Amino acid sequence: MNKTTTTVKPVFHVQDMNLWYGNNQALKNVHLEIPENEVTAVIGPSGCGKSTFVKTLNLMVKRIPSVKLSGELHFNGQNILKDKVDLVNLRKQIGMIFQKGNPFPQSIYDNVAYGPRIHGMKRKKELDEVVETSLKQVALWDEVKDRLNSSALGLSGGQQQRLCIARAIATKPSVVLMDEPTSALDPVSTLRIEQLISELKNQYTIVIVTHNMQQAARISDQTAFFLHGEIIEASDTDSLFSVPSDRRTEDYISGRFG
Amino acid sequence: MNSKVADRIATGVFIAIAFIIVAILAALFSFILFRGVPQISWEFLTTPSSSVRAGGGIRDQLFNSIYILFITMLITVPLGVCGGIYMAEYAKPGKVTNFIRSCIEMLASLPSIVVGMFGLLVFVNTTGWGYTIIGGALALTIFNIPVMVRVSEDAIRSVPAEMKEASLALGITHWHTIKTVLIPSAFPGILTGAILASGRVFGEAAALLFTAGLSTPRLDYLDLNPFSETSPLNIFRPAETLAVHIWAVNTNGIMPDIREIANGSSAVLVLAVLIFNLLARWLGSAVHKKMTAGK
Repeated sequence: MNKTTTTVKPVFHVQDMNLWYGNNQALKNVHLEIPENEVTAVIGPSGCGKSTFVKTLNLMVKRIPSVKLSGELHFNGQNILKDKVDLVNLRKQIGMIFQKGNPFPQSIYDNVAYGPRIHGMKRKKELDEVVETSLKQVALWDEVKDRLNSSALGLSGGQQQRLCIARAIATKPSVVLMDEPTSALDPVSTLRIEQLISELKNQYTIVIVTHNMQQAARISDQTAFFLHGEIIEASDTDSLFSVPSDRRTEDYISGRFG
Repeated sequence: MNSKVADRIATGVFIAIAFIIVAILAALFSFILFRGVPQISWEFLTTPSSSVRAGGGIRDQLFNSIYILFITMLITVPLGVCGGIYMAEYAKPGKVTNFIRSCIEMLASLPSIVVGMFGLLVFVNTTGWGYTIIGGALALTIFNIPVMVRVSEDAIRSVPAEMKEASLALGITHWHTIKTVLIPSAFPGILTGAILASGRVFGEAAALLFTAGLSTPRLDYLDLNPFSETSPLNIFRPAETLAVHIWAVNTNGIMPDIREIANGSSAVLVLAVLIFNLLARWLGSAVHKKMTAGK
């Protein structure tokens, strides 16, 4: 197994992590380091555990009653599987983007202001500022600045997904998790999101699940290949795609299965 | 060919059934209105009823119906919505939840006369209140709560799971997510439930006979002190509603114009339900638009 040799400190340090849904083991002895301000891509065939893996990083999996976890998952040095963690605080620091844009049925403004508002930001001026900078960061500001008070559901699919990214970064997280964020989008919108990801990585650590290997190759610095709940190989993206060290990785990226 | 014929027959049958339903509704409606509307006059709506002489109105009954509806909904909606939230968001699947659900369904199928008898025992006799508006409202609450809980639960469950996950992933607590995402999204469904429940309140007679009573004291509509004996707002006074009035006039009225009063009251009742539904829908869509920035 190739280990990443990055000098930046890891934001997540995962060691021997196992996860069961009831009696079904979905993650097996997962070991991975996720470095700061880099894009980590998680690839693998359907049902390999890649979505489960990212949902573990912000402990969203704990919502499912049958889930059991073991091992270590350090976030900024704290083992969040063991220590008592404040989920509210944890998820404020770890934003999440879902497969389909899922804006709330509220105005564009309220969608972005939602997180900051509930986390205690009251003053209109501050909120205005957060909304503007967040929307600018996702390059949506110019498209929506004249209709901030109209419903977010009136936006196109690509715009909705960018709005969701703006909503996630409005709470000022340090990590953004993305679970197949472009799988429901057309190629043009996909390209916009990919550009956005490369811009965002200066400020955020990004973990992106994708079933699209080209996408992983285009945008990520590090790639982890999952198969049947195990990480078969994880290394910097260039070498994983050009000289995979494991036979199964090679078979997968050359399209022989999955 | 055979399946084509079958298809045509099925289409015909369904159209015929739809037609029959519409025809029954239209006939009923036009019958009630045709017979009743000529009796409705400003005087009919604004004079108190008389139990012996002709020419009595329905002023107090109309007010009582609306007032009892208001009080009932004031209790039913918060309780019902909270129950719905519990069932949809907090109740863990298992024996206890199933038991609660069976209880709710049992409650929903109780005959209203039974609820009335229960109300008589508890809200009239045990409390010593006698026949009161609050007793009537509580009895109506008992058989409206199951509907309200059920409808709220369904409405909350039908909010897409992604919406809830998005909120939780932002680090929003469960309660805040319920308050700011789930309830606004479920609002149209909850409103429909509330309107259905109100329709039942307007039309209910059996449960009110023994709880809110068959009489109304002399009311002074200028007296707005809810603790005064003659105030219409006093919730500890007996109150005959329109539906009860129709029943009472028909079964033991001794005034000479029974027919006219019954017909007029029925028409007013039907129109009141209609107006109430339209108003509630209009208000609901305005509120929903404001909450969700319109669409």
